[in-house]
Amino acid sequence: MNGDVAALLLTLRLAAISTGLLLLFATPLAWWVARTQSRWKAPIEAAVALPLVLPPTVLGFYLLLALGPQGPVGSLWGALGGGPLVFSFSGLVVGSVIYSLPFVVQPIQAGFEQLGRAPLEAAATLGAGPVDRFFSVALPQTLRHFLAGAVLGFAHTLGEFGVVLMIGGNIPSRTRVVSIAIYDHVETLDYGAAHQLAGILLAISFAVLLLVFATNRRWRGTPVT
Amino acid sequence: MSGALDARLALTLGSFRLDAELRAPGTGVTAVVGPSGSGKSTLLRCLAGLEPRALGRIRFGDETWLDAARGVCVPAHRRGAAVVFQDAAPFAHLSVRGNLEYGLRRCPVARRQLALDDVTGWLRIAPLLDRRPGGLSGGERQRVAIARALLAGPRLLLLDEPLASLDSPARAEILELLRALFARTPMPVLYVTHARSEAVHLADHVVVMEAGRVRASGPLREIMLRADAPFGEPGELGCVVEAEVIAFDERDGITELRFSGGRLYVPGRLRLGERRRIEILARDISLSLDAPHRTSILNVLPARVEAVYDAESLQPVVRVDLGGTELLARVSRRSLRLLELREGARVFVQVKAVAVIP
Repeated sequence: MNGDVAALLLTLRLAAISTGLLLLFATPLAWWVARTQSRWKAPIEAAVALPLVLPPTVLGFYLLLALGPQGPVGSLWGALGGGPLVFSFSGLVVGSVIYSLPFVVQPIQAGFEQLGRAPLEAAATLGAGPVDRFFSVALPQTLRHFLAGAVLGFAHTLGEFGVVLMIGGNIPSRTRVVSIAIYDHVETLDYGAAHQLAGILLAISFAVLLLVFATNRRWRGTPVT
Repeated sequence: MSGALDARLALTLGSFRLDAELRAPGTGVTAVVGPSGSGKSTLLRCLAGLEPRALGRIRFGDETWLDAARGVCVPAHRRGAAVVFQDAAPFAHLSVRGNLEYGLRRCPVARRQLALDDVTGWLRIAPLLDRRPGGLSGGERQRVAIARALLAGPRLLLLDEPLASLDSPARAEILELLRALFARTPMPVLYVTHARSEAVHLADHVVVMEAGRVRASGPLREIMLRADAPFGEPGELGCVVEAEVIAFDERDGITELRFSGGRLYVPGRLRLGERRRIEILARDISLSLDAPHRTSILNVLPARVEAVYDAESLQPVVRVDLGGTELLARVSRRSLRLLELREGARVFVQVKAVAVIP
């Protein structure tokens, strides 16, 4: 049971850190994809969407190679003084960010596309510089999309299994997340413990989604188009 | 702080090509007119700094906003040129007050001349301050956008068809507000419109555009006399004169106005001493060689033929001089031949109708 609590806390921590990083990376990416006319737009969009269709084991396999001590990312990370990435919490964070990227980029990108250029141009001619325009116009008018992206990213990371298994393994308190703990319980036919963890995950996921849909309805009163 | 505009711009957007040379004085209202697709809005966007691929140069006063050859391009937010767009949407996430403060907060202290209360009073939006933009009518949204632009303390105010998406009562109301507003505010205004009547109401200067180029530009009266570069519908060709109200006849309800070419009589009462713009359309003027006697037409004035345009067309246009004021008259080709209307001919101008511009 202690191990289950640790797994639960680890999962929540992983989801929270990944969501924070995801928002950081996804926002400029979504901004660029929403307004660029570059010929790189389609390839980048396709690459971001890959985790939607790839089996998590495929993604996990490539990540394992890339993050390993001999892999391009892993060796660079090591040269910079970082510890090993595979079978570590840091590795899980990297994996989660890549795995959940489309779930965060796509709603935010849709928000920026819906926003259009007009409000930003109006703000510019009123004297607002680029950073000012982002925080005073783009962000408040797409807050709904940011919330949707954050929640989807968080919830999706909560339920991650295949990628974690490939690059994180199953080290208690370090890389053993809830979905893997449940799998272990089922393997050992401990259905009671599996029930408990699965129920908690179900409840958390439902509560988070409920929060989104409830706030979404309230916000719909003020048009955001 | 304000300045004259001097721009030479080139921009290709798909199959459209803008290649325009624009000069606008540092005061008053310059209307940019022309049919849709002639590049008026694109020109305005270039001036505002919203077309990053624009080539050429823009000088405003003694500043250079664009000099593509030298790689100079001042970004939109540093030009001090506020834009009111056709479907000017106030920011949806802010109240009306929040929208106005958005402009006010970004107005450099040195240019902070207008108070929020004054501007909301002029544009009659004080009762709307706590409302959300979503519930406003088209006219209200447009007035909020104009107020927001003014409060940002612009050195140049750019309006892109601000009345085009409004119904006609709202349009008339805002037109009147704008006229009063432009008289109070010091910065030069560039007003893009395809509606000739708006230009006639508001403008001191006119720039006529056609197919991406500037066809003619100059003071309103001069441009209106250019029958070769008409703006608006062909039937709308005409002139404006500035006249002063000097008398009112109670018995017949007729107002007498004085202008540089003589006197004009119009039905209805106007305030004594007031100066008004009077529009006289070319189709409302007829010419006669002899002074007409016993006619129902109130306004008959002696004049001299200055020029004849489109003499071969079915309805040529004759420019006449009333001693300092020029007017255009549309006549038939037969009348032109029978009356032998040529440069220097003495005629009497009969004005069938005039429009006093509100």
